Amino acid sequence: MTTQEHLATRDAPSVPSRLFRWRPLPDLALTAILVAGVIGACQAAVAFGIVSRFVIPLPSSVLPALGELVTGGTLGPHILVTVGEAATGFAIAVAIGLTLGTLIAEFRVVERILYPYLVALQTMPKIALAPVLLVWFGFGLGSKIAVAAVISLFPILVNTIAGLKGCDQGRLDVLRALGAGKWDRFRLVKLPNALPFVFSGLSTAVMFALTGALVGEFVGATRGLGYLIVQANSQMNIPQVFAVLLVLCAIGTAAFGLMQLLRRRFLYWSPNEE
Amino acid sequence: MSLAAAITARGLGKAYATNAGEPIQALTQVNFEVGVGEFVSIVGPSGCGKTTVMRILAGLVDGYTGSVSVGDRVVRGPTSEIGVVFQDANLMPWRTILANVMLPGQVLRLDKRACEARARELLALVGLIGFEAKLPGELSGGMRQRAAIARALLHDPRILLMDEPFGALDAMTRDNMNVELARIAAEAGKTVFLITHSIAESVFLSDRVLVMSSRPGRIIETIPIDLPRPRSLDVVADPIFAATVLRIRRLLEHSTAANPHVTLAH
Repeated sequence: MTTQEHLATRDAPSVPSRLFRWRPLPDLALTAILVAGVIGACQAAVAFGIVSRFVIPLPSSVLPALGELVTGGTLGPHILVTVGEAATGFAIAVAIGLTLGTLIAEFRVVERILYPYLVALQTMPKIALAPVLLVWFGFGLGSKIAVAAVISLFPILVNTIAGLKGCDQGRLDVLRALGAGKWDRFRLVKLPNALPFVFSGLSTAVMFALTGALVGEFVGATRGLGYLIVQANSQMNIPQVFAVLLVLCAIGTAAFGLMQLLRRRFLYWSPNEE
Repeated sequence: MSLAAAITARGLGKAYATNAGEPIQALTQVNFEVGVGEFVSIVGPSGCGKTTVMRILAGLVDGYTGSVSVGDRVVRGPTSEIGVVFQDANLMPWRTILANVMLPGQVLRLDKRACEARARELLALVGLIGFEAKLPGELSGGMRQRAAIARALLHDPRILLMDEPFGALDAMTRDNMNVELARIAAEAGKTVFLITHSIAESVFLSDRVLVMSSRPGRIIETIPIDLPRPRSLDVVADPIFAATVLRIRRLLEHSTAANPHVTLAH
């Protein structure tokens, strides 16, 4: 279709001959078709006994399982527990990550003292700490918050340091030439300059926090979505496992959406933003 | 010089350490004066140390020898009597153009209202009325550099230091910016010290041109420019302009035979 035709279509949408013209499907429709296809294939594979329903649940049984969880009144409290743990852990990680990151980036002494430990900690899979944290903080919310905080801390810390250290020297020179002190250089240039980095750290960290809360619950818990998954799994209630996965998917999407919203609010100036 | 000196540089020298161990002498025995209200340029090949001179004057370099006086006061470090325009506009992309121009006021703790009024005046001076609320990313390179000039003038410094401010612009925009700069400098009544590698630009704008040579960087000649002001771009057809450009070109060719980076072109 040429541009002119395109314009004509837009200007006169009621022209009958245009109505029946084949249009390429938008990408979203293709995605929906793919999902429907995969679900349909699963349904068929399980229904005809090609795959055991203990491996993959009958897709048509997942929504009823979800409905059961909702009407049973158990889902809401479990969601609140897990989201609460992840959010608290994330908040702690943000507070520590931004403060520590700033201190490390701005003060050579702090960097020299802490850097070796940071490298050592960063190369260690933080998830491995979960059982220890359970011992330290108990079976309650504390240990889950701790796991969420520990694993979401690093992306925030590393990105804050990178953002502050990678500050454009030319912009700093503008402030230096005015005789600006360290604090002014920090608040007027370095901090806003670091925000794109900080935000990409936060986006990663928010997902890590959710993962941390779940892993904490896997290790030992009596409440939360992680506990629910372990329970259902041990009872071979695979449809319920998948129902909880759907819920987690929704929570993750909501968290991601929230971060995008904040990004757009604070990084309106960044060329990486559309 | 009969004029009172705005800037006096005495015996400036600077050596940089290198990885090889042998320090490189970037500058040696640089002496000059810039009179109050005068427009002086330094022209020289890439790497001759002219930017180092500017950075020493701006108080951005440590460990140099010699002294810099602003007025009759020796300065080491930045002073609010100097406004600096860098090679890149270096605007803060998160601030609107107006807020960018007002930045020095925030650093120097000036009255916010007075700053805003002055920022608007300066934006009018540099021809950016109507762009106050735009972000730097929405402006062209030339417009960003105009905003940077307005910002450098906000706290009403007596001296404007400019380090190849139009180096990144295309030839046409650059010519226009030079005409604008001559007008702004005259209207604002500032002493201007300009670093450039364009001979034509230096002759067009300046009252005097300091010719620098490299390795080590030093001033080899001071050329007065006897062309009437205001100058239009047509001045390039003036025989005095052509002769002066040629003279500077010869000087640079002799001093940098092994390093012929200097061009007449803008």
